[in-house]
Amino acid sequence: MIPLAWYLIFAAMLFCVGLFGVLARRNAVAILMGIELMLNAVNVNLLAFWRYLWAPKVDGQVFVSIVLIAAAAEAVVGLALIISAYRRRNTIAAEDMDMLKG
Amino acid sequence: MSALQIIFLVIGALTLASAVMVVTARKIMHAALWLVLALGGVAAVFATLEASFFAVMQVVVYIGAIAILIIFAVMLTRKVMEDTGPQVNRSWPWALLACLGVLAGLVYLLSNWGGFLTAARAIPEGGENLVQFGQALTSPSGFVVPFEVASILLVAALVGAIYVAGEPREK
Amino acid sequence: MLPWYQDPVNFIAAWLRTVLSGWGLAPGAVDFILTFLGAGITALLGMLWVIFLIWYERKLIGRIQDRFGPNRVGPWGIFQPFADMLKIFVKEYITPAGADRVPYNLAPILSVASVLLIWAVIPFTMTIMGVNLNVGLLLIIASGGLSVLAVLLAGWGSNNKFAMLGGFRAVAQLISYEVPMVVSLLIPVILSGSLGVNDIVKAQNIPFLVTAPVAALIFFISSVAESGRSPFDLVEAESELVAGFNTEYSGLKFGMFYVAEFLHAFTISLLFSTLFLGGWRGPFAEQYPLLGFLYLGIKTFVVYFVVILFRGSLPRFRIDQMMDLNWKLLTPMALVSLIITALVAQPLVSLPWVQAAALFAANAAILIIFMGWAGRKVSRKRPIVGRPRPLAVPHPDDHMPVEP
Repeated sequence: MIPLAWYLIFAAMLFCVGLFGVLARRNAVAILMGIELMLNAVNVNLLAFWRYLWAPKVDGQVFVSIVLIAAAAEAVVGLALIISAYRRRNTIAAEDMDMLKG
Repeated sequence: MSALQIIFLVIGALTLASAVMVVTARKIMHAALWLVLALGGVAAVFATLEASFFAVMQVVVYIGAIAILIIFAVMLTRKVMEDTGPQVNRSWPWALLACLGVLAGLVYLLSNWGGFLTAARAIPEGGENLVQFGQALTSPSGFVVPFEVASILLVAALVGAIYVAGEPREK
Repeated sequence: MLPWYQDPVNFIAAWLRTVLSGWGLAPGAVDFILTFLGAGITALLGMLWVIFLIWYERKLIGRIQDRFGPNRVGPWGIFQPFADMLKIFVKEYITPAGADRVPYNLAPILSVASVLLIWAVIPFTMTIMGVNLNVGLLLIIASGGLSVLAVLLAGWGSNNKFAMLGGFRAVAQLISYEVPMVVSLLIPVILSGSLGVNDIVKAQNIPFLVTAPVAALIFFISSVAESGRSPFDLVEAESELVAGFNTEYSGLKFGMFYVAEFLHAFTISLLFSTLFLGGWRGPFAEQYPLLGFLYLGIKTFVVYFVVILFRGSLPRFRIDQMMDLNWKLLTPMALVSLIITALVAQPLVSLPWVQAAALFAANAAILIIFMGWAGRKVSRKRPIVGRPRPLAVPHPDDHMPVEP
């Protein structure tokens, strides 16, 4: 049997890799990919806790499904914003989107 | 070490390696393809947790929809970020440091936690109980309100995305 | 455990299990070997079966078009696919300059694999199936997502604008048609109360074709669209896009796409007969599971015949017509029939025949209303853009030299 610790450490590492993508990449689409990785890490965590601490009850699974829905909505809106920005500014580098800068 | 543990280690290593490739690949298209592999690896991790419903949903939602959308966005916006020039911003060493710090903090927190080596609970024959899950999502004493709010969020996202990304109307 | 003449496959599996355990292997290792063997044999038989399918389809299409079809190699041309296979084996692999190597080579494999994945959950008889997964139907939907990915990889990796356009069209078409397909698949789930494919088959005392004809129709149309065959072959429309996403493929790599297409067409017939025609069910199928294999085969071939007729007799859709059909007809129809099925089926669960009759009536009403509405839209007069003129008569403006 796999110890719970392995899942938690795996999720933590996946989360940090995603975080690095969000903080360091220039391309907005790549930043979105980093966010997806972070959300996946959260899901691994939730499912592992459900399996090890709550198993026959379904509450943990409900959380995971809500995270899935939120991830889908976030990806759709994020990509729409990126395509819109590309149309207007002709760039998708995150540091060039600075219209609000004084 | 049991067979399941070896399988988990292999899957986990593959997933983490492709996740690292996602955030470091020079060509953004390759990053998207590595992302597909990482998401598939997470689906396999779900399968080792005996959550077959979420393993398949991971493939349907993430690989079948989100990854395809991302690949589409990459293709539509490819010209501007032609895969030359730096793909990371100037402060990437600080980002790396922050990530390592977060990782170290998380591992430290986890290692001090008592339930670290809990054994898994037994679940009934035939995997997780889908009927019970469905009833929990739709019963008023369960999670019907969050579920409905989530569905409204999806509809709002759909409408908003079409409005934002649609062609600007000709005056 | 049934005797060997009633259930030979499981008999052989049990025998192999005793033999392998006799060699001192751990039970987990024996399970692994048997599963691996079963998957390998199923995949191999599926791929070999395609050889026959190709001959059958070419022969049938030939008859539809008033030709003989293949008739040179062997009796009735039955060895024609073998000749084609030999030819395709010895062809050169050409990789276009600037191709993205890994996606380019991965795409054909993935396209076959995504179809074969479906075979893992189909119950061939009462007892023979790959895995009795409790989310089998979702696995079928997931395999559709993987086939989209294969087409996209091929379109991207080829470094060719026609391949890329084919890939774009493919994604637009396949993702759109997944919507009505998924919704229509929910109707058998409601009627049987399970996501497992074998449970759906077991629930069909009355085939779902009778109780849910609208869902069957929508599933049929959208799965033909998913397979990317005529009349939905915009993905590789050869007169517009050279050959779509597989323009740059040659030799066996092209052969893989070819195999995937034929296998997909057969697999959707298999799925249709499993989900809507009762699968392996038939007289005595429970006492003699092998009979179930025969029943499933007959049902599948009936559906496959219709799929080929569909391909042979309908012209290709225009891209806007294809999208209109999906979003303005199939999706609303699927949603309405999902809601009505849920409302009608629930109060009548204890009276199966009354339930079936009520469902059939409700479905007929949906079909009549939607078809009438669609017919009104289609028959609306189109604006006349020019007067037709007969082709053979020379136009007065054309000064064609007349030979003496």
